[in-house]
Amino acid sequence: MTELHRLTLAELNEGLRARRFSSVELARHFLARIERFNPTLNAFITVTAEQALAAAQKADELIAAGEAQPLAGLPVVHKDIFCTDGVLTTCGSKMLSNFVAPYDATVVERLAQAGVVMLGKTNMDEFAMGSSNENSWYGPVRNPWDTKKVPGGSSGGSAAAVAARLAPAATGTDTGGSIRQPAALTGLSGFKPTYGRVSRYGMIAFASSLDQAGTLTATIRDGAMLLAHMAGFDARDSTSVDTPVPDYLGTLEQPLAGLKVGLLREFFEKGLDEESGKLVREALRLYEKLGAKLIEVSLPNLPLSVPAYYVVAPAECSSNLSRFDGARFGHRCEKPKDLLDMYKRSRGEGFGDEVKRRIMTGTYVLSAGYYDAYYLRAQKVRRLITDDFARAFKQVDVLMGPTSPTPAFDIGAKVDDPVTMYLNDIYTIGANLAGLPACSVPCGQSGGLPVGLQIIGPHFAEAKLLNVAHWYQRETEWHKRIPRGYE
Amino acid sequence: MSLTRSDVENIAHLARLAISEEQLSVYVDSLSKILSFVEQLNAADTAAVEPMAHPLAEQVQRLRPDEVVDRDQHEKYQRNAPSVAAGLYLVPKVIE
Repeated sequence: MTELHRLTLAELNEGLRARRFSSVELARHFLARIERFNPTLNAFITVTAEQALAAAQKADELIAAGEAQPLAGLPVVHKDIFCTDGVLTTCGSKMLSNFVAPYDATVVERLAQAGVVMLGKTNMDEFAMGSSNENSWYGPVRNPWDTKKVPGGSSGGSAAAVAARLAPAATGTDTGGSIRQPAALTGLSGFKPTYGRVSRYGMIAFASSLDQAGTLTATIRDGAMLLAHMAGFDARDSTSVDTPVPDYLGTLEQPLAGLKVGLLREFFEKGLDEESGKLVREALRLYEKLGAKLIEVSLPNLPLSVPAYYVVAPAECSSNLSRFDGARFGHRCEKPKDLLDMYKRSRGEGFGDEVKRRIMTGTYVLSAGYYDAYYLRAQKVRRLITDDFARAFKQVDVLMGPTSPTPAFDIGAKVDDPVTMYLNDIYTIGANLAGLPACSVPCGQSGGLPVGLQIIGPHFAEAKLLNVAHWYQRETEWHKRIPRGYE
Repeated sequence: MSLTRSDVENIAHLARLAISEEQLSVYVDSLSKILSFVEQLNAADTAAVEPMAHPLAEQVQRLRPDEVVDRDQHEKYQRNAPSVAAGLYLVPKVIE
């Protein structure tokens, strides 16, 4: 049974149902791998071994009785941004290092109802702010492809866990690329749905007009399996969209003949690693062979997406994170002398450097006298970028380009310059500003490190995106690569 | 855009963040860099553009009837509180 971790979620599901192995065996197998490899990778903040084994036992009973839910017994790990009832939920922050969530996030609840077994909660950049997972209060996560390198962020723990096969699948969140960029840097399939497609209830808020939950898995099919249960209307999220969830798995195999693929000119300009650019162009040629037509498109305002994001996201974060006041939950400083002292010291001690930097950026751009010059202007540029995408989707069905300008970089290489770090998300932020669904699939390796192909679609085109990305995995083997030492 | 120490002190006060003296100069530097970086936005012609607050323009915010749908779980919620007595959150004295 040493081979279990090499199977995809879909294959594990089949094996469970055919009774080739039990859910308890699966949980034990992955928990043993976590115990063995996590001290090196630091991918987990909490491992819920006891609960996992109890849930697996229950799943085995349901399978035996023929009453199993569609995903019964499949192990999954959750990014520690999702509230889990009765389990520590830290969001990678000292501020919440003592916070035991009193309820489940909708994503957690729906996946549990579908039968998944949670193995633990994964490490992340504090409050999802970061592109390297170096901003966690629980220490940096290491990339299983090369432990001197970052796994990307902010869903870096989820990415490292699945890449090293410590779990077959993970949830993540994507505000500016936090699923797609770590997926690219660790050789995984990362899927970010349309804004509003998956409920944000119980997902600790960073920037509410941008945040969206999704998946990190070995294959796109595995992502589709989870998304089918995560997506859908939820009255508890005021921006949840009330449209039916299509059968994502049912349309995976549709042929691509006639597909119009937009090649994003701005994504292939300066700043892109040469080898990564070459691999992405090769991927585009494969789509041509599958019957797609390539059309070069230009989104002239796209180069402004990073500066627009670094006004809008900090503004929303400064407002969202004002709830951490030391009064009702979270860290409180020792012996506050008055209320103001309690607020200031609790927040000053509880938040890390990058979170404080973003709160202050946001406070500044929203403050009297600067609101029009920064915040309002950024919101206008956000519309220009969104309109660029809408124009492009009149010509093409999907857009393609690289996910990240470079493969994984060294731990510590970019920590001293926030602007350099922010530019890691140059290709991913556009989709968040416009609320579009987007994914990353592995399309080769540069210097032994994975490279991602990004595919962006129009609003609610999840089924088409999954179909298009799945075809790439029918034709290639990159998604089957497992880093050395973790096979 | 270059910020001064007193600018950053003021921002930190507005954001209710205690910042140490040595950290202050680090933030003066990095916040100035970030603000200079976002000034690229001035290059766009936004004169006739409506600001966009939400990515799904056609969506309207739903209203719901003002009815109690949750049950009282304050004891459970207060288990996370730093200081509680008789079902109340305790904070330093606010009014003398």
